[in-house]
Amino acid sequence: MSATGGNLGLAARGLGAIEPAPDRKKRRASRRRRPRLWRVTIFVLAAIYFIGPQLAAFKFSLVLSSGKYGLGNYGQIVQNSALRDALFTSLEISAITAVVVVVLVLPTVVWIRLRAPKLTLLLEGITILPIVIPPVVLAAGLEQLEGHSPQWLVSLVFNHALTGLTPFYVILALPFSYRAIDTGVRAIDLRTLVDASRSLGSSSFSTLTRVILPNVQTAVLGAVFLTVALCLGEVVIANILLYVTFPVEIIQVGQETGPGVQVAVSILSLLFVFGLLFALSFLAGRKRGATSTRLI
Amino acid sequence: MSTESTPLADPSAQDVGIAAAVAARASVGVNFKGVQRHFGDVAALAGLDLEIHPGELIALLGPSGCGKTTALRILGGFDHPDAGQVIVGDRDLTKVPANKRDMGMVFQAYSLFPNMNVRDNVAFGLRMRKQDKTVRGKRADELLALVGLSQTADRYPFQLSGGQQQRVAIARALAIEPTVLLLDEPLSALDAQVRHQLRAEIRSLQLRLGITTLFVTHDQSEALSIADRVGVMHAGRLEQLDTPENIYRHPATAFVAEFVGAMNRLPGRVGDGDEVQVLGQRLKLRNRNERPAGTAVIAMLRPEAIAAVPDSAGSGEVVERTFLGASVRMSVKLDDGQLVLVEEPSHADAASIGQRVGLRILAESTTVADAGE
Amino acid sequence: MIFLGLPLYSVIHGAFTTDGGVLTFQNFSTTFSSAADMSAFKNSLLIGLWTALLGAGLGTWLAAAVLAGNPGGLVQRVVSSASGVLAYFAGVPLAFAWIATLGSTGVATVLLQHIGINLYSGGFTIASLTGLALAYTYFQIPLMVILITPALEGLRPQWEEAAQSLGASKLSYMRHVAIPVLTPAFVGATLILFGNAFSAYATALALTGGTIAIVPTQINEALNGNVIANQDRVGLALGVEMIVVVAFVMIGYWMVQSRARRWLQ
Ligand SMILES: Nc1ncnc2c1ncn2[C@@H]1O[C@H](COP(=O)(O)OP(=O)(O)OP(=O)(O)O)[C@@H](O)[C@H]1O
Ligand SMILES: [Mg+2]
Repeated sequence: MSATGGNLGLAARGLGAIEPAPDRKKRRASRRRRPRLWRVTIFVLAAIYFIGPQLAAFKFSLVLSSGKYGLGNYGQIVQNSALRDALFTSLEISAITAVVVVVLVLPTVVWIRLRAPKLTLLLEGITILPIVIPPVVLAAGLEQLEGHSPQWLVSLVFNHALTGLTPFYVILALPFSYRAIDTGVRAIDLRTLVDASRSLGSSSFSTLTRVILPNVQTAVLGAVFLTVALCLGEVVIANILLYVTFPVEIIQVGQETGPGVQVAVSILSLLFVFGLLFALSFLAGRKRGATSTRLI
Repeated sequence: MSTESTPLADPSAQDVGIAAAVAARASVGVNFKGVQRHFGDVAALAGLDLEIHPGELIALLGPSGCGKTTALRILGGFDHPDAGQVIVGDRDLTKVPANKRDMGMVFQAYSLFPNMNVRDNVAFGLRMRKQDKTVRGKRADELLALVGLSQTADRYPFQLSGGQQQRVAIARALAIEPTVLLLDEPLSALDAQVRHQLRAEIRSLQLRLGITTLFVTHDQSEALSIADRVGVMHAGRLEQLDTPENIYRHPATAFVAEFVGAMNRLPGRVGDGDEVQVLGQRLKLRNRNERPAGTAVIAMLRPEAIAAVPDSAGSGEVVERTFLGASVRMSVKLDDGQLVLVEEPSHADAASIGQRVGLRILAESTTVADAGE
Repeated sequence: MIFLGLPLYSVIHGAFTTDGGVLTFQNFSTTFSSAADMSAFKNSLLIGLWTALLGAGLGTWLAAAVLAGNPGGLVQRVVSSASGVLAYFAGVPLAFAWIATLGSTGVATVLLQHIGINLYSGGFTIASLTGLALAYTYFQIPLMVILITPALEGLRPQWEEAAQSLGASKLSYMRHVAIPVLTPAFVGATLILFGNAFSAYATALALTGGTIAIVPTQINEALNGNVIANQDRVGLALGVEMIVVVAFVMIGYWMVQSRARRWLQ
């Protein structure tokens, strides 16, 4: 039929793989929303499984060493100077690690998205490594290194938790941060932003700090919080290398003050990190056009 | 790539293809009766009445959020009306689930199953109907030939261009010999050239198969060029359902008049009889609606219904001029400040920018809106 | 990379040499002939396998339930934040929570005793493989939620509707479209879960104080307990063996991914 004539195959350029987000959202919402039985079931089960032990722990933490109930264990946390010192050490490590991680990851992600999208898959593969490489093996290697290092290196690096641990925590935190920041960068129209900023005469540096960073700040915050969580939680390497960090001290504090304090501290620390992430999810959701509160 | 189009360009090959691919299934009509659908307090459909004749292609046109997609999804069975009925042929389908309706659906984009190659995608509906593997492979190939994509049968969707993907989606929808074909903005993710081609192809296929079709779009040129009748929707209701010509030339309401095509809004005054006075000329008034003589109204006039004649004593001045090839489009600023859009066939002595012109209305009749609107 | 590579190198180097620096396989044969080491391996593999399967199944289910809800709703926020905490942070604290729940005087243990079930007389202890698996699942499920959510979000609603319009029931949509599309991500995530549980140590350390023989415990003991000379290098050999297992996991992961690349962009 001539009406349909010539050049049918003249193909349109490929479409981007990403469907416009608003459409998705609308369609998903358009399913009739009945509170389905299977959803309710799994939420109840999940709640029991995940909240139950925390409640049990809370009850446990209320038992004082005298056998009575009370909040005394929580009071003791504040007074315990060893715990406080360990917490400061860990916070210091966390802060430095977080800064280093963001400085390393953000430009890398931007660069890869703009210049070398082919590397994305490779990087995603690499970012899995630290999840699966046993930290205990890493720690063993470090101990070996320490044993064979010249004295000046030992006193320079290994003698302090700060210098001894930070580099490795950076490594451990890289993959999670990469995922978090990459999720954020994927959600913005990076190319247009960069081109616009360039055409207005910004340098690469100010493009990064003034244009991209504000647009992915939630993702960056997510990366920071996860890094902090990781540093506050990592115990294997620190333990083997005999550094006294917060989680190591939590384990040890039990031997000194009884398990009540120990459990009290762990509950508080869990709540603290949960609070960080939960608050962040509101920041993320408030942003215009945000379709997902997913951080990671 | 032009080889891909040969099956379509060669009538004999195509008739064979169609005969084999789409068994004779009598065309059916569709009837929406007072269909309502509310989302919270938004009335996406506020009592939609729409009758589609057997074998007809109806394009639903309207601004964003007017309920086009909702109407289509209700016909497809993906959404269910709060009130009203949907009748197809002589069956009331209101309560029938989507997978029992035999309707072919084509989405805006990305609806091909990524884990199946093109042939398996097209054959999917037949597979659900428990057809034999060789039978469905053969039918899929015939349908692919029909849309000119035989060569791509073994590729995966991501290896196709957007236009090719949509063509596969059409073949897939046709494979089940649907009673009704539903298309929700199937071309809007494509670039202009492909859009025009594919639109002609869809129309030609539809005519040959005689399949009743509902085509949703927000692109008016698409609606006007493809449809037997165009339904203009506004706020969950059908404003007008008519042939493209009538929608364009004789809009029934001010909304339709303004929504379809460019439109001038010029002050006028209702005269005696069915007449209206605009720019010093008398025109027939199409929608008097009991307005008393002397009422101030707004007359709707298309740019091509007005001519600008160079005249140093004229009432306006050309302030903008765009040459469009076959025609020239001008903005004329009247002395009272009103801007009038004029489009006329390009000719040697058309007015140029800065020139004084007089306006002459070529149309004999017009639709008006109340001055307050 | 240096910080990752150098320790790994020193582990491998140490495992293959004697104290004098001579190449040897002695350290490996020691581990293979040690019943304790071998049962530790068996335990680690078992716990990795079981908690990976459990975590993957339940995690996917939970993630799907969350996504079916109101996008951006409270449930989604709570689950996503909680997943982050539990998956990345909670090693030590959650061990305590489990002791408080299922330890010999734990809340659940006591409650169950009231209704006549005595866990501990039934041979259960929290410091057992089962206890450990139960605790591991506690962070495996959240990790699965995090890993699988993007894949679930990638399932386009149009696919389901297109399938329906072509006559597919919900079940056949799942069978022919949803499950095949999700499989690569699911298998990949399950392998990661396996690696995660296989190499996890913090929880075990806090939960059992190192009384359960899993490979990381053995390594730690070999390195820090100065019982016999040369134990260090045996520990390193164990480390190398762990790396080999993990390497297999990674190869599996890559194979799944590249199979999927046939139809994934
Ligand atoms: N699932 C839903 N939940 C709430 N409101 C909805 C839903 N689906 C549609 N609506 C509302 O119903 C109205 C009609 O929507 P519909 O999708 O039918 O519009 P449309 O004419 O297709 O618009 P567009 O041209 O933008 O596609 C809109 O106001 C929309 O916001
Ligand atoms: Mg729509």
